[in-house]
Amino acid sequence: MQWEVVIGLEVHAQLATRSKIFSGASTAFGAEPNTQASAVDIALPGVLPVLNRAAVEHAIRFGLAVDAEINPKSVFARKNYFYPDLPKGYQISQMDEPVVKGGSLRLILPDGEKTIRLTRAHLEEDAGKSLHGDFHGMTGIDLNRAGTPLLEIVSEPDMRSAVEAVAYARTLHGLVTWLGICDGNMQEGSFRCDANVSVRPRGQAAFGTRCEIKNLNSFRFLERAIEFEVRRQIELIEDGGTVRQETRLYDADRDETRTMRTKEDAFDYRYFPDPDLLPLVIGQQWIEEVRASMPELPSAMHNRLVAQYGLPAYDASILTASRGMADYFEQAVAASGGAAKQCANWIMGDLSAALNRHGIDIGASPVTAAQLGQLVARVQDGTLSGKLGKTVFEALWQGEGEVDVIIDNRGLRQVSDTGAIAAIVDGVLQAHPAQVAEFRAGKEKMLGFLIGQAMKASKGKANPQQLNEMMLARLRAD
Amino acid sequence: MSLSLQDVERVASLARIAIAPGEAETWQSQINGIFELIAGMQAVDTNGIEPMAHARDPVQRLRTDEVTEPDLREKFQAIAPQVEAGLYLVPQVIE
Amino acid sequence: MINEGLKQLSAALAARRISSEELAREYLARIDQLNPQINAFITVNPDATMQEAKTADAMLAAGTAGPLTGIPLAHKDIFCMDGWRTTCASRMLENFVAPYDAHVVGLCRQAGMVCLGKTNMDEFAMGSSNETSWFGPVRNPWDMQAVPGGSSGGSAAAVAARLAPVATGTDTGGSIRQPAAMTGITGLKPTYGVVSRYGMIAFASSLDQAGPMARSAEDCAMLMNAMAGFDARDSTSLEREREDYTRDLGQPLAGLRIGLPKEFFAAGLSGDVARAVDEALAEYRRLGAVTVEVSLPSSALSIPVYYVLAPAEASANLSRFDGVRYGHRAAEYGDLTDMYQKTRAEGFGAEVKRRIMIGTYVLSHGYYDAYYIKAQKIRRLIAEDFAKAFAECDVIMGPTAPETAFDLGAKNSDPVAMYLSDIYTIAVNLAGLPGMSIPCGFDSRQRPVGLQLIGNYFGEARLLGIAHQYQLATDWHQRVPAAVA
Repeated sequence: MQWEVVIGLEVHAQLATRSKIFSGASTAFGAEPNTQASAVDIALPGVLPVLNRAAVEHAIRFGLAVDAEINPKSVFARKNYFYPDLPKGYQISQMDEPVVKGGSLRLILPDGEKTIRLTRAHLEEDAGKSLHGDFHGMTGIDLNRAGTPLLEIVSEPDMRSAVEAVAYARTLHGLVTWLGICDGNMQEGSFRCDANVSVRPRGQAAFGTRCEIKNLNSFRFLERAIEFEVRRQIELIEDGGTVRQETRLYDADRDETRTMRTKEDAFDYRYFPDPDLLPLVIGQQWIEEVRASMPELPSAMHNRLVAQYGLPAYDASILTASRGMADYFEQAVAASGGAAKQCANWIMGDLSAALNRHGIDIGASPVTAAQLGQLVARVQDGTLSGKLGKTVFEALWQGEGEVDVIIDNRGLRQVSDTGAIAAIVDGVLQAHPAQVAEFRAGKEKMLGFLIGQAMKASKGKANPQQLNEMMLARLRAD
Repeated sequence: MSLSLQDVERVASLARIAIAPGEAETWQSQINGIFELIAGMQAVDTNGIEPMAHARDPVQRLRTDEVTEPDLREKFQAIAPQVEAGLYLVPQVIE
Repeated sequence: MINEGLKQLSAALAARRISSEELAREYLARIDQLNPQINAFITVNPDATMQEAKTADAMLAAGTAGPLTGIPLAHKDIFCMDGWRTTCASRMLENFVAPYDAHVVGLCRQAGMVCLGKTNMDEFAMGSSNETSWFGPVRNPWDMQAVPGGSSGGSAAAVAARLAPVATGTDTGGSIRQPAAMTGITGLKPTYGVVSRYGMIAFASSLDQAGPMARSAEDCAMLMNAMAGFDARDSTSLEREREDYTRDLGQPLAGLRIGLPKEFFAAGLSGDVARAVDEALAEYRRLGAVTVEVSLPSSALSIPVYYVLAPAEASANLSRFDGVRYGHRAAEYGDLTDMYQKTRAEGFGAEVKRRIMIGTYVLSHGYYDAYYIKAQKIRRLIAEDFAKAFAECDVIMGPTAPETAFDLGAKNSDPVAMYLSDIYTIAVNLAGLPGMSIPCGFDSRQRPVGLQLIGNYFGEARLLGIAHQYQLATDWHQRVPAAVA
């Protein structure tokens, strides 16, 4: 039987605010336990929540970026359950009236484009953390994270493979960091995915029973967890079993998912509008103010890069994967005098490889965009060969100064003077008469040896094209 | 509408309130008495009426995104049942 | 001094005829003497009180005093007060020393008022007789066999027994007005949102409102001047100009239209209460007011609506009492769930548990629309009734409670009978309107009767004036219970 995979994602993006969503405590990561847990965050008797304007503004920004409806009147609700990292015994979230409704996200896949519909995005508060250290068999509770603003972004079940799910998550990650509403740090939990996965026989309209896999904190885990879960469900059904609706956890060490809780013991969350908070009203004027402050969006920029610079769509999608990358590209192109494709190649090639090798973000690259643009310009104007360009790139990476300084200091200027090249060629021909004879006898691969000798004699600086032409001309002359 | 014993036990469990053996019956009869009082509501036709969460339907005021709260951990944890290394301690949480 | 109003006390303090320390000492001595019998206070803290009095005297000496500087008051034990035990009359918070001030407490401190202690109440403000307190019932100074009403029973009894000149209270379904009526004092529940709820331990967030309890409307107005005002920490606090609640005290009543809801004078109202209320209305007519009949047809449903909405909100508000960060934790437990269940079973009393269970049930899956949403819809109908009535009158009057103070234990075993005690007060909370109770006579057993005054939104100053004019013409509010005279 042919199976079709159906995936929907719920992403919790931590919003980049200074203070918490309902209190004035700091959201900075990594503080000593409970030192950023205010009276409101630890839910002392009598305290009350007041909504952070920046959190709402971030939600509006997101809604505008995905062409969603900004709900003119959204409502905060209490989601009731007992857990020690949830101090009030309820989480303030949104249920019936989320702040963002609908919208969509366009993915660029290796084999084309795909649009994923969004269901909603709503504001809510994060819970604290349970620490299972050595506390005489007890669990320690740190409430620093309690009350950190989250935007929960829910997609429709529009993805059909783990690859698409990862592409969606990456694109969404790129978008929220692009907008500056989330720092995107997955190790610190700023961007967490839950995946709803089901399978159905290809051609069947009805969805299969789905399982929700919780708390996937890396794109790799997201992909592995979905792949495992899909295999598990197909094998289960093919062996005559049925999939139970349940919540599962991905165990990265064993690369498998396992049951966390089944539908039967699902919580009754008793949602109801939080009477401590009033309806959130967002007027058209506020929306327009936020719209006016929006940066160019990655999808718009993608189209522009293709139209303006003639870049392939694939290049444009890589370059617009992050704001840092996109900004770097445009600055480099400007400094290079408009050599867009060459800049793109350098960024996607040598630069990305070096950044990956050193685990550095493009924003912290030791080679600045202006320097890379200069380098491209020097290759374009013939000052540097492609090979010398790589040498200069290494020198830039090591912090040896500006491009022209490096070229001069290291004497890397390409030799394009006909006379000088002719002298080198003549010298090589005289020094290797045997090889010249072999070439002339029809052993054409001797050309490579002779060119190599000449390049070596020029210390690599000879213009390769000129050298090639001159060598052939001399060899065939006599 | 009246609650069964199972309803009472389910509700007590949701609310994390232990009930002693035999106690559920007492709760059941008292709570059902109150639900008889509440049942009066059902006779009213409320079609088309907007639910009212607060008098005068006010809207949410927003706070500027500023850090205003100092670290008061010592003061707050002085009244906690059990703390260690700045953490609140609870019986082991199993995931 | 104990029978003087705030205006007289303020003048005496300003003229240095008495010091704040002397005044505080006199009240503390009365508390020492009478509280063992009345049980109006859960906590007194004489050292802290005298320290505050000293500070007030320094302000008076330095000329930085305001009209309330040096005046003693009692806070209902629902208000968090930094450094003071704040119990909400629950075993759950028996040893909870609040680490911060409620907004109201802070405002009273700023005004230079001196806290005499924290008053007894129904546990988490759930009750109408003050009998649900973990710290034992409060006795009515007019008759020690009678309840003082609830939930602000301790504040009411303290003011009636001259253990404090004024006190703070809170009113979710009648908890200021009903005990005020039963103890012969004056109490005001302001418009929802006029007094900040920050630091006031929540019962039903959309209904809770703090207000002053005192012997007279004038004293209520003066305390209200300290308590009211915008607070950015409470999302439901209304951003309004500060107002002087004494400004309408002198306004005459000629032409005042008093609306009498026919539903408030129907079956269920005791004869003694009806008689005293009728006499009060006659007095108002003598003062120049006219009475018109109005109708609040949906108010009959206010008790059912209230007993859905208030427990629903309470069931979530009280989830934070879980034995993790503060408050009671069971001594012995197994796993986490067992810790929660034992802690909450031990920490909460029966009435609180009952309401948590009702609230949990009405919010649970499958019942939410039939109960919670339905109740919120009827809540709108109740508010609209008042809006229509206020088109025909300036103030609504009627009994505060259907009967006078009942005997201790009389309704303990019947929650429904107890709930009916708030039948005339609850609709006011549902609509968010200001309401008052003022003393207007006694029943055949010499237990006080309260007259309820209901104003339109933000009509507190006018209500206080209407009450004050009546108190200028009558002396019910000046009567002193024999047992404490």
